[in-house]
Amino acid sequence: MTRIYADLHLRPNLKNREQASALITKAFQLGYRLVAATLQPNHAKEEIEKLRSLCKEAKLDVTSRIDLQPKTPNELLTALRRFRREFEIVAVLCWSKNVARQAAKDRRVDIINFPSFDYRQRFFDKAEAELAASGIASLELDMEPLLKLEGEMRIRLLSTLRREAAIARGFRVPLVISSGVSDAFLVRKPREIAALATLFDLNIEHAQKAVSKIPTAIVKRNREKLGTKFVAPGIRVIRRGKDC
Amino acid sequence: MLKKVKRRYLALSIDSQESFSSDEFINVVWLAVQKLFGEYGASQTGLRLIDYDAGSRFAVIRVSHAAVEQVRAALAAVTEIRRKPAAIHVTTISGTLKALYRRINSLRKG
Repeated sequence: MTRIYADLHLRPNLKNREQASALITKAFQLGYRLVAATLQPNHAKEEIEKLRSLCKEAKLDVTSRIDLQPKTPNELLTALRRFRREFEIVAVLCWSKNVARQAAKDRRVDIINFPSFDYRQRFFDKAEAELAASGIASLELDMEPLLKLEGEMRIRLLSTLRREAAIARGFRVPLVISSGVSDAFLVRKPREIAALATLFDLNIEHAQKAVSKIPTAIVKRNREKLGTKFVAPGIRVIRRGKDC
Repeated sequence: MLKKVKRRYLALSIDSQESFSSDEFINVVWLAVQKLFGEYGASQTGLRLIDYDAGSRFAVIRVSHAAVEQVRAALAAVTEIRRKPAAIHVTTISGTLKALYRRINSLRKG
């Protein structure tokens, strides 16, 4: 069976159609069949439609994603109530430990992410992993900083990511490896992203799952949930009408 | 008795708007491997440039079988050549040069 590769963290600039188009086309050329585009809550519907048409032209399946960046757990809960049903993927960028804890245990959160360029701001520890394992949140590791950073910063980031990947593996928290890029030159083939992930001591099979099976499963689960036929996990409407 | 070294041949495409000489290209690859794995790690890759075409931005390198993933990661980490934005992608990989060129030809046709 052929793998479907997915990148759940593309950041196209929807105001610049040329740049967005180059990014989407590049993702398709390099072998991705499913991408998630990060949108802002204030994005006009026209812009979202523009993105969908771009992806349709490129024969790429696109899913909508929002990156919440709350300052407090309460702010996160408010944002989740407001946006959960509007976006297919809800990711939380955790700037504090309290927010990270709340995000990990809330079943409305699909992905938890941490500021990539500063290793000191990454709070993924065993307690966090335990909470995430009891919920459904996956840990996302972005590859963009590995491509952009150099020297000591990259060394420290690699060491932090290696520790986080080991904790996630130990607690069976699903890992999603994404690019997190907005520039077409920084898009890499899924196999190359998986090779970069081996730098965190993941074996190549696990790394490939993190760019194919796990992200596609998240999207499939959420599309089912957001569909009109969904009632509860495992229960869905088969038929409506008088003869039921 | 010395164990026979297994090798892999990697066909690469260079994604850039500029053209580079073969020296510039292979230096960037060596530098990327050294930055990620150090001189000791780089010495275990058995990296060698086999073929390079600046016009079509195509290259073939040879690496040790055990170091394929390392080299792939290092190639992915290349973001610029001669301070110009560039990316290096692995097009295909094979155990022999003959099979590699056969695959490249079939990819170009298909």
